[in-house]
Amino acid sequence: MELICPAGTPAALKSAIEAGADAIYCGFNDETNARNFPGLNFSRDEMRRGIALAHRSGAKVLVAINTFPRAGGVDLWHRAVDDAVSAGADALILADIGLMDYAARRHPNQRLHVSVQAAAANPDAIAFYVEAFGARRVVLPRVLSVPEIAEITREAACETEVFVFGGLCVMAEGRCSLSSYATGKSPNMQGVCSPASHVVYQQTPQGTNSRLGGFTINRFGPDEPAGYPTLCKGRFSTELGTGYIFEDPVSLDATTLLKGLRDAGVTALKIEGRQRGRAYVDSVVRHFRGALDALAGGREADIASLKPFTEGQASTVGAYRKTWK
Amino acid sequence: MWSMSDPSAARSGSLPVIPPLLAVAMRPLPLLPLQLILSGVLQRILQRNPAIFDRLGEHSRARFGIEPTDLPFSFVVEASPPRLGVVHVLPRDLDARIRTSLASLLALLEGKVDGDALMFSRDLVIEGNVEAILALRNAIDDAQLDLVEELSSLFGPLGRPARRALAMARERVLGASHRHGGF
Amino acid sequence: MSNSSDGRMQLSLGPVLYNWAPDRWRDFYFAIADEAPVDVVAVGEIVCSKRSPFFDDHLPAVIERLRSAGKQVLLGSLILVSQRRERRQTEELAAVTDMLIEVNDLTCLRALAGRRHAIGPFVNIYSESAAAFHAAQGAARICLPPELPLSSVAAIAAGVPDVAIEVFAFGRVPLAISARCYHARVHKLAKDNCRFVCDKDPDGLALKTLEQQDFLTINGVQTLSYTCTNLLGDAGRLRDAGVASLRLSPQACDMVAVAKVFRGVLDGRDDAEGGNRSLAALYPNVPFSNGFLHGSAGVSYLS
Repeated sequence: MELICPAGTPAALKSAIEAGADAIYCGFNDETNARNFPGLNFSRDEMRRGIALAHRSGAKVLVAINTFPRAGGVDLWHRAVDDAVSAGADALILADIGLMDYAARRHPNQRLHVSVQAAAANPDAIAFYVEAFGARRVVLPRVLSVPEIAEITREAACETEVFVFGGLCVMAEGRCSLSSYATGKSPNMQGVCSPASHVVYQQTPQGTNSRLGGFTINRFGPDEPAGYPTLCKGRFSTELGTGYIFEDPVSLDATTLLKGLRDAGVTALKIEGRQRGRAYVDSVVRHFRGALDALAGGREADIASLKPFTEGQASTVGAYRKTWK
Repeated sequence: MWSMSDPSAARSGSLPVIPPLLAVAMRPLPLLPLQLILSGVLQRILQRNPAIFDRLGEHSRARFGIEPTDLPFSFVVEASPPRLGVVHVLPRDLDARIRTSLASLLALLEGKVDGDALMFSRDLVIEGNVEAILALRNAIDDAQLDLVEELSSLFGPLGRPARRALAMARERVLGASHRHGGF
Repeated sequence: MSNSSDGRMQLSLGPVLYNWAPDRWRDFYFAIADEAPVDVVAVGEIVCSKRSPFFDDHLPAVIERLRSAGKQVLLGSLILVSQRRERRQTEELAAVTDMLIEVNDLTCLRALAGRRHAIGPFVNIYSESAAAFHAAQGAARICLPPELPLSSVAAIAAGVPDVAIEVFAFGRVPLAISARCYHARVHKLAKDNCRFVCDKDPDGLALKTLEQQDFLTINGVQTLSYTCTNLLGDAGRLRDAGVASLRLSPQACDMVAVAKVFRGVLDGRDDAEGGNRSLAALYPNVPFSNGFLHGSAGVSYLS
């Protein structure tokens, strides 16, 4: 199975290559990608040099252009597609149907992957992307169990890729407006979820309040582990009680499920975290490189803890094992 | 100069802190010599990475306060014009503040620790303009700084012995973390 | 195809999103058929596949009554299709040929391509190029995603002049869909053994912040706003932008009266201010919002 690793900066791309990535995914420094965070991502020149470096090292680069083009401004997204192709991208990761149509017509030989943001959650939806645009791979939503992944992969008309570590969308990806409801900025349009520009941390004697767009979305005691200030992992209250209504602050860690994913026929494993630092990329990629090599060699994997890197200092196998089914 | 608290007393995954007694002993030290050294380091970093602050984008005018929790002084960082100041007390009119231990700060500067991980474990506290802080963090992480290299280059002909001493000090400050899952 | 040519905006009624008792559900649609000045009605359980069997018995009678009253009926597809059972339900929809299917997930598009159909607000159409792709596949009506600003609505409507563009104009706005059921979760039940507890909340379960500020609404696997979208005051701008139809999403209030208020304002019998006062009385204690349309936080209301 291929190991697909995140890079938010050229330095992180280098770290990922050195740590054993088979492929690196990254995006341009604008609203065309879903990690449009301050100080992150690649200029055109950095992308060209990053792809050249990766190719010299035998690694691939997949360019994520996975937001939904703005009506009246689709040129920005078309240019991103053209520039990624001319920079030598091994694949484009796209979410929007209009943009896939453009890429498939303009660059018929370019390999296209269906982004997780397209939320293709079953073989019929996948077949649609394969037949309409010649998609070669689909990144599956994080709402599926391992048996469901196996079933989809058996039936799917193209390769499948699944997330194995990192941030976990609780809602179906690419179909969530929680962030823009509170802040006016959304993953689909601006490429940001719960954007830092709308986050305020208030230090109080009881601990830290995290506020997003004027709403208190969590309160952490002084030594309580924290997570990202995302709405779906906040503490709220209903008439039935108060707490983590949607999901606790946890990260996905599917290290223990690698064999099951391989047996399910999955082609590629993806690590989330283009917004993370080099230290994260280095440690997490090395961890999964080791685990995959052990799996290939029939050895027992040395399962070191990635806990320090996880939200809330806790991990979950998420939907892969549906305990809440 | 840098001592370490008992690593076993530190929480798992945490970096060591300067013992409070040592911090008290450092309080009356004059800041000017430190200011001169840091200004020199900043100049060296900018020479090697002239584009380091480009990633700040619209936050290039932000003023950052950095408060090492285990030192009796703090730093004020500005990108344009580039300035790294040392103060006993942070001014009030800053755009953003970052509080963490000296060891975490050095590890962050060198990209040896992930900023989000420090946030999750509550070893890093931020206030003010969160977006500006993220931009600064990403700019620094991409710059691949080597503080030992930058500091020792200030020592001219004494660079080599200085580098050895600084590398040892770095190992002592960050040592415990290396035993915790490769931080 | 589009009704915008004669300048008269249509009103459409979205599907009931909540788990209402089957008799209440049937009676609601009978009242809509008999009394509500809406042109188009979308029916069908689109939120949770487990609920569908409850309404299946009543569905033919509801469709018949709506059609007899002259309403165009759309049959909505599930928003999230992952289970085998859900794929089968979606396939069955594609076999329906005497009604427009409203596509809420691309799963059924493959079977419908080349045939006239409608697109619901859960399909990501953010630009004129995405809209043009769907139009080429046979989309005759498109209800746009609620988070779009007016500038995008206008650009899309201009890009596909033959498609009737619809905008989500009244009701709590759907914000997210999940494989996990939050009604089951807050009741400490597993999804497979949920006992259909979502039926306790015909207008959704209110979710507040830790400071008791009203924030969101839980409806099983769906999350909606706490606020109620109200674009009555924006209707003129929407008409100018080429919007052909306003969608009203059923809440547990007098929706016949809500539709009459909208019709009255659209036809110039009442002004938006008077209409807003009526809506506030019909659906009390729930603040209005229209921020998405104005490019701001969706929760906000700009008059």
